Amino acid sequence: MLVNCLQSLGQWLLRGLGGLGGALIMLLQSVTVVPGPRGWQRLVQQLYVVGVQSLIIIIVSAAFIGMVLGLQGYTLLVDYGSEQAVGQMVALTLVRELAPVVAALLFAGRAGSALTAELGLMKATEQLASLEMFGVDPLHRIVAPRFIAGVIALPILVVIFNLVGIFGGHLVAVDWLGVHSGAYWGNMQAAVSFADDIVNGLIKALVFAVLVTWTALYQGYMCEPTSQGISTATTRTVVYSSLLILGFDFILTALMFGGL
Amino acid sequence: MAKKWLEVSVGGLLVAGVVALLALAIQVSGSHLGGSNSQYQVSALFDNAAGLSPKARVTLSGVTIGEVTSVGIDEQTLMARVDMAIDGQVNYLSLDTSASILTAGLLGEKYIGLSVGAEEDMLVDGDIIEDTQSALVLEELIGQVLLNLGGN
Repeated sequence: MLVNCLQSLGQWLLRGLGGLGGALIMLLQSVTVVPGPRGWQRLVQQLYVVGVQSLIIIIVSAAFIGMVLGLQGYTLLVDYGSEQAVGQMVALTLVRELAPVVAALLFAGRAGSALTAELGLMKATEQLASLEMFGVDPLHRIVAPRFIAGVIALPILVVIFNLVGIFGGHLVAVDWLGVHSGAYWGNMQAAVSFADDIVNGLIKALVFAVLVTWTALYQGYMCEPTSQGISTATTRTVVYSSLLILGFDFILTALMFGGL
Repeated sequence: MAKKWLEVSVGGLLVAGVVALLALAIQVSGSHLGGSNSQYQVSALFDNAAGLSPKARVTLSGVTIGEVTSVGIDEQTLMARVDMAIDGQVNYLSLDTSASILTAGLLGEKYIGLSVGAEEDMLVDGDIIEDTQSALVLEELIGQVLLNLGGN
């Protein structure tokens, strides 16, 4: 009984470590190649898929989140007569925390799941195997451009998220609730520092981009080549990347803003 | 045609990212492009600088003209030494300018308010403001009120 328990624990640990090692090897093999001229074209193609096609969901969510922050911040701060600080609250919340996290979560749902499903179907229909038969490494041809595109796209989306969210907050706080526009921007500029807040937010975005794209590609590449397997892998991508984003967000926040 | 549209939209995304980053830097964090805005350093010694922190505003008649760069202890007098960077265009602060630590609103942040005196000579880089008024510490204020009440 005890032995069985220990055995299953050991099995679980070894499988987990094996998966992590496999994922690391896949990542290293796919990014340590310099793309040729056709490689750049594939990169542009993937940037379109993961970047441009995610733009609408990012802009719409950013606008609504900024508006909600403006509204909530105003109702909270107006009790203390300091509703002028709403700009600073909206900007700091977005730049430091909400923009990277929410954009990465949306990115995992919008682009990550699509990547997993695409790779899973390629595997199930033996397209990856045929590529190997032709002597083309699917890691270079298929995985690498998708990984690089994801890592480039998410930080750009986060920057756009920040800007749209702050203007959404402006719409509610200034244009609707009547906070003075100069106070909104002035308090924000006094409180937000480019090097500390915006750059740290972008570092978070970069880390999340690596985590999400890596998880999605690994799950798709390693999925069981059946319809059930693809569905499981897609679910796992969204669940694992969301948990990774939230977990790493705490660690990064503690390192950046927690004074560690 | 479809391919051209694809490439144009990806290029647009990259440009939008760069433009948005520039907008964040300028409009949100208030960074200045280029080094045209010269500043000069002025210090002030306060009995008590409670609640004042670097990056706090320095104002003249309510208008922001600079920011606090550091708050520390002056080793000779053991007073709080506050260094400020003042906008170079504001070159009309007289030598007897006074500085006081004020609070924005009831719970707002601390900032420094300057008021200009009557001297002919102006403050220059490295000067020390001598006429200062310390931060209001609520506990001391309450203590004084209680003392006065007890006296009566």
